[in-house]
Amino acid sequence: MAEVVLSGLSKSFGATRAVDDVSISIGDGEFIVLLGPTGAGKTTLLRLVAGLEQPDQGAITIHGLDATKAAPAERDVAFVFQQYSLYPHLTVYENLAFPLRSPIRGLSEAEIDSKVREIAKLVRIDDKLQNQSTRLSGGQMQRVAIARALVRSPSIYLMDEPLSSLDAKLRGDLRIELKRIQRDLGATILYVTHDQIEAMTLATRIGVMDRGRLVQMGTPRDIYTDPVNMYVASRLGMPAINFVPLNRFPSMAAPRGASVMGLRTEHLSIEKSNGADGNGLVTWVEHLGDQNHLHIDMGGQDVVVLSPPDSGLEKGDKVHLTPLAPLFFDVDGQRVRG
Amino acid sequence: MAEIKVNNLQKNFGDFVAVKDSSFTVKDGDFFCLLGPSGCGKTTTLRMIAGLELPTAGEIMLGGNNVTFNRASERDIAFVFQLFALYPHMNVRENIGFPLKCDGVARDEIRRRVEETAQILRITELLNKPVSSLSGGDRQRVALGRAIVRKPLAFLMDEPLGALDSEFRHVMCGELRALHNRLKATTVYVTHDQLEAMSMADTIAVMNQGVIEQLASPREIYERPASLFVADFIGSPAMNFLDTRASLSLGSDSLMFDGVNVKIPSAREAIIESDLVLGVRPEHVKLDESSAIRGEVFGVEYLGTTQVITITTKHGMVRARVDANRKAAIGDHVGLSFNSEKLSVFDKASGRALRSALHEGAIHG
Repeated sequence: MAEVVLSGLSKSFGATRAVDDVSISIGDGEFIVLLGPTGAGKTTLLRLVAGLEQPDQGAITIHGLDATKAAPAERDVAFVFQQYSLYPHLTVYENLAFPLRSPIRGLSEAEIDSKVREIAKLVRIDDKLQNQSTRLSGGQMQRVAIARALVRSPSIYLMDEPLSSLDAKLRGDLRIELKRIQRDLGATILYVTHDQIEAMTLATRIGVMDRGRLVQMGTPRDIYTDPVNMYVASRLGMPAINFVPLNRFPSMAAPRGASVMGLRTEHLSIEKSNGADGNGLVTWVEHLGDQNHLHIDMGGQDVVVLSPPDSGLEKGDKVHLTPLAPLFFDVDGQRVRG
Repeated sequence: MAEIKVNNLQKNFGDFVAVKDSSFTVKDGDFFCLLGPSGCGKTTTLRMIAGLELPTAGEIMLGGNNVTFNRASERDIAFVFQLFALYPHMNVRENIGFPLKCDGVARDEIRRRVEETAQILRITELLNKPVSSLSGGDRQRVALGRAIVRKPLAFLMDEPLGALDSEFRHVMCGELRALHNRLKATTVYVTHDQLEAMSMADTIAVMNQGVIEQLASPREIYERPASLFVADFIGSPAMNFLDTRASLSLGSDSLMFDGVNVKIPSAREAIIESDLVLGVRPEHVKLDESSAIRGEVFGVEYLGTTQVITITTKHGMVRARVDANRKAAIGDHVGLSFNSEKLSVFDKASGRALRSALHEGAIHG
């Protein structure tokens, strides 16, 4: 059953259409990640759902009830911000208990205590409950902030880049923990990020946004392997997909209307060439440890190819490239299927 | 362009030792990265080379001249900061030409050099635009242009990409390196981002608490980390560390690991029974039903080309990087085996990598 339904949401700030006719139906227990660069409208969309902004058009239904005009406090949502905002004068325990102490809830001390301890254990800060909230590391503080959202059981959690202020290692650790917590609780999450790794690894479905519009919605695998246009194709994949004009590979059969070939770095086979069949020159080898990125100049067209660290190819080598599973796009960047 | 030589450099702030007896050489034309977490002394080292900070002890040679106590302006180097400050009231041409104007260079010469610089950076079409209209990347290019135009002996860069988002940072990495390939300028680059260092540097100095722990090529540092710190800092996801207590004799090529014999690169030193750490890169972990080392799948992270599978074992979490098409689900019970030629063994107490067929020749800082 769909918990949260957004239909035809639009929001403008002056002449800028921040969110443009977006509809999403979020199912119970789904982890939806909105992916896009700065200015794509993803945070505005999140704020519309939270009730921090009012839409110009469209409706928001939470748990079957129309929440479009409801005040933030009346919506059954919890928000986690990028910057962990904890109460500095309170202990971790009191920070977590705070949302439960609201008179509307009418919970007993014993109920509050058991909930706080349960969630603290889930996010692994149960040994820090008596700490002052300011005397924690960044990762611990962000875990407390997430836990403070989790002690409530709202219809949906809204998270705005909650991991982006953390360092890379911590982000990696918290990412997998967040996914586990979400699964254990069966929580429904709408999560916003510009980090493709977070989107790929956390989402049950990714929504790719571009200038206010939702361009494609699908599982990480769908989005990666079957993008609808060049914009979506270039959002996922490190290093980014190569776009090459069709005439670079004249022998490759292409569907009608295609003008550009999209080749993921792993979709190019590469061989050392010593003669006339060479179509590229290795200009730079990036040794990234587990893999190498070969930068290849195909007569003015730069492409990047993935190769195992022991490929033996060096800067200055002539190579022959063959596309393996290309994606085709038309002149407007839309996908053309064969 | 010139070589930079740093001899026994030391910097104390009161009781705090920011840089400790550090020596290294940046070869002429080298792209040299100082890499480490915040507080490791990398920026202090860079600032001493720039002349923005005076060392407590030691000397700095630039192109054969001792510049240790020269003013910043008397060292022929260009500094690129994290937050690129452009003059907002000047256009791109004026911004790039400004350092030359200050040096009293003739107008024709300024024009020629600014245009040459713009060509190197491929921003010729932007020269007459105001800087306020530029995208983040173009601003960065203009800031670089202002450094390049002076033709200094060396470039010093302090996290110049730190303020950009991750995707764009990678694009700029490629661009900076391509620029370096064209200019062949001696560059010292400070970063805490191991991926930036790995993708651009010829040589990396990994710093920890004021000390260079390893100084080598990216590949060397990745494949043969000299210490636990370096092994942990380089690579994403990080290297797996599995604790064991064992002894090693000279030439032995297996390690007792919880009752299982794990094959390792042949030992080149003998170790009495002590706490050891087996280091395994995620791509050297295989899911192998026949293995006696068992675990349960905790998480699966799809990354397009590959996926990272996190497995709980009784020795801790182990991450494996495997093909994206390998089926794995949370809760699966799996066996793990390791690519034996690529394993590192560390002494837990000191963090030092033990000498082995793999590690023979690794440079210790």
